[in-house]
Amino acid sequence: MALAENDREGRKPASFAPFLKTAAGSILSIAVTMLGLLLVTFIIGRVMPIDPVLAIVGERASQSTYDAVYEQLGLDKPIIVQFFYYISDVVRGDFGMSLLNARPVAEDIARVFPATLELATLGTIFGVVVGVPLGVIAGVKRGSWIDQVARVVALVGYSMPIFWLGLVGLLVFYGILGWVGGPGRLDIFYQDIVPTRTGMILIDSAISGHWDVFRNAFSHLILPASLLGYYSMAYISRMTRSFILEQMSAEYIVTARVKGMSERAVIWRHAFRNIRVQLITVIALSYANLLEGSVLTEIIFSWPGIGSYITTALLSADMNAVLGGTVVVGLIFICLNILSDLLYRIFDPRSK
Amino acid sequence: MSDMTLREWLLSDAPTSRRQARFASLYKGWLNFRSNTMAMFGLGILVLLVLIAFCAPIVAPHDPYAQDLANRLQPIGTEGHLLGTDSLGRDILSRLIYGSRITLYIVTLVALIAPVAGLLVGTVSGYLGGWADVILMRITDIFLAFPRLVLALAFVAALGAGIENAVLAISLTAWPPYARIARAETLTIRSSDYISAVRLQGAGPFRIITKHIWPLCISSLIVRVTLDMAGIILAAAGLGFLGLGAQPPSPEWGAMISGGRRFILDHWWVATVPGLAIFTVSLAFNLLGDGLRDVLDPKGNSQ
Repeated sequence: MALAENDREGRKPASFAPFLKTAAGSILSIAVTMLGLLLVTFIIGRVMPIDPVLAIVGERASQSTYDAVYEQLGLDKPIIVQFFYYISDVVRGDFGMSLLNARPVAEDIARVFPATLELATLGTIFGVVVGVPLGVIAGVKRGSWIDQVARVVALVGYSMPIFWLGLVGLLVFYGILGWVGGPGRLDIFYQDIVPTRTGMILIDSAISGHWDVFRNAFSHLILPASLLGYYSMAYISRMTRSFILEQMSAEYIVTARVKGMSERAVIWRHAFRNIRVQLITVIALSYANLLEGSVLTEIIFSWPGIGSYITTALLSADMNAVLGGTVVVGLIFICLNILSDLLYRIFDPRSK
Repeated sequence: MSDMTLREWLLSDAPTSRRQARFASLYKGWLNFRSNTMAMFGLGILVLLVLIAFCAPIVAPHDPYAQDLANRLQPIGTEGHLLGTDSLGRDILSRLIYGSRITLYIVTLVALIAPVAGLLVGTVSGYLGGWADVILMRITDIFLAFPRLVLALAFVAALGAGIENAVLAISLTAWPPYARIARAETLTIRSSDYISAVRLQGAGPFRIITKHIWPLCISSLIVRVTLDMAGIILAAAGLGFLGLGAQPPSPEWGAMISGGRRFILDHWWVATVPGLAIFTVSLAFNLLGDGLRDVLDPKGNSQ
């Protein structure tokens, strides 16, 4: 026993080196991927048919004003140099000015982002709380009615346009039944009562003890969040099911059963314990997807998040805002992707 | 042959010609597929959709663009307007029928562009290996790591709204998975004996890739494309809903939902009915894709 302990201690430094190597590799791949993202948004910004100078100075500006702004934006420099300018701007958190309201895009994004975060986080919580147990049961009782139900639920989730489901949900639960709050984050009556700290109204109102605001915010949040949660649940339950199926046919499960363990212990203490790592990566991925998937949901529910921000900017040809929003969503998406990959490598003992 | 029925000929254990063997394997696949009720259901819906789109002028009771302001927002079941009318008095059923053409148009175009681009990148990368492989796969990974809808939005913003640009934007974000699949297939095929044999006979890389590697990648690509169709339809409808895809007065389903959105509380059918159409078609593609996966790609069906 003592020998085994020693052995484990002795091996520790050796197993740390490959981890550093993977970490370095991950950082390199993050850097390359992000550079790629910036290159794509840069190219999009260049091919668009809108003249960025004209958008600032207006059509009646004199030639000298036009030239001055042209130079100020760095458009007279070679395209490679312009790209480096762009990267250094983004690294400093400068996405340029919004053409619509003449405010820094970064400030706008920081203001609207907590709303999206609140929505996507609550959606993921719903997805995990319902999806994981559903997937486990469906996998254990393969072919049972609950497996069939889980299959149909997931299939419908994969086939339903999210913006349409949102509209129907709004019609039924707000219009007909009146169970939930309507579009927006709060009723007008409750707006601007709670001081903004995190930007997430549920947290802000809980901190300052405004429980009436909390209740109102929750009634507005519940429908879009459960809608997003449904999509994440469809994905999570399917993945959980296939992970569990893989485990249940393994020999150690047979051994555990032969030893006379209760079915509950076999499932939760053995099979489930072994799929936890895979589950974490799936949940991180679905969280990333929800941040993106919230674009259409935000439009339906007039939710003032980053999705609404990008689309509003899009429709009014405010390219700085569109590209800034795209970069932010893209960066978070990439980070979550790589984080889930990294978590897998760190927590899965087999990959060491 | 003469005393044999067609079925016996197809199921013969000892095919006498290459053609017979090929038809036999297709037929066995079909028999296998036919036993999957849900997949057949999906196929049935899609065949019906194609027929409706093809015969739209005959099937549609009204002109999809004809406005009739006196009869606006008529409910479902109104005389002469089975699914009611929209805010400009246009017949919703007729618009749905003509809209099926747009949906099929978008899906077909994306299903042609994205897999072909992916096939090209994947096979070249897998066959050539070395630096070409590293660079092409890095690019693929970069595109895979992007949020697809947001990227499509940015593309459409740069290119301008419209169906063709929506197709282009969706294709640009949809090709990477196909490149991954094609590369994986190529890597397993590349080192096989028959490729060496062809190479010894003097075939160049172009001939080997197009004539000997591509045909073997097709079946796994078809499965993936079918499963992706639902996603493509939903993305196209989403762009249409945001006003970035098909432009009014085009009867595109996503745009129709967007048009009916303002009336959702009082006149629910205007926005609800096109959504049901989108749901039905993408469900059909999902069912068909599941069935095809079982037939064409048994190893991928671990569940």
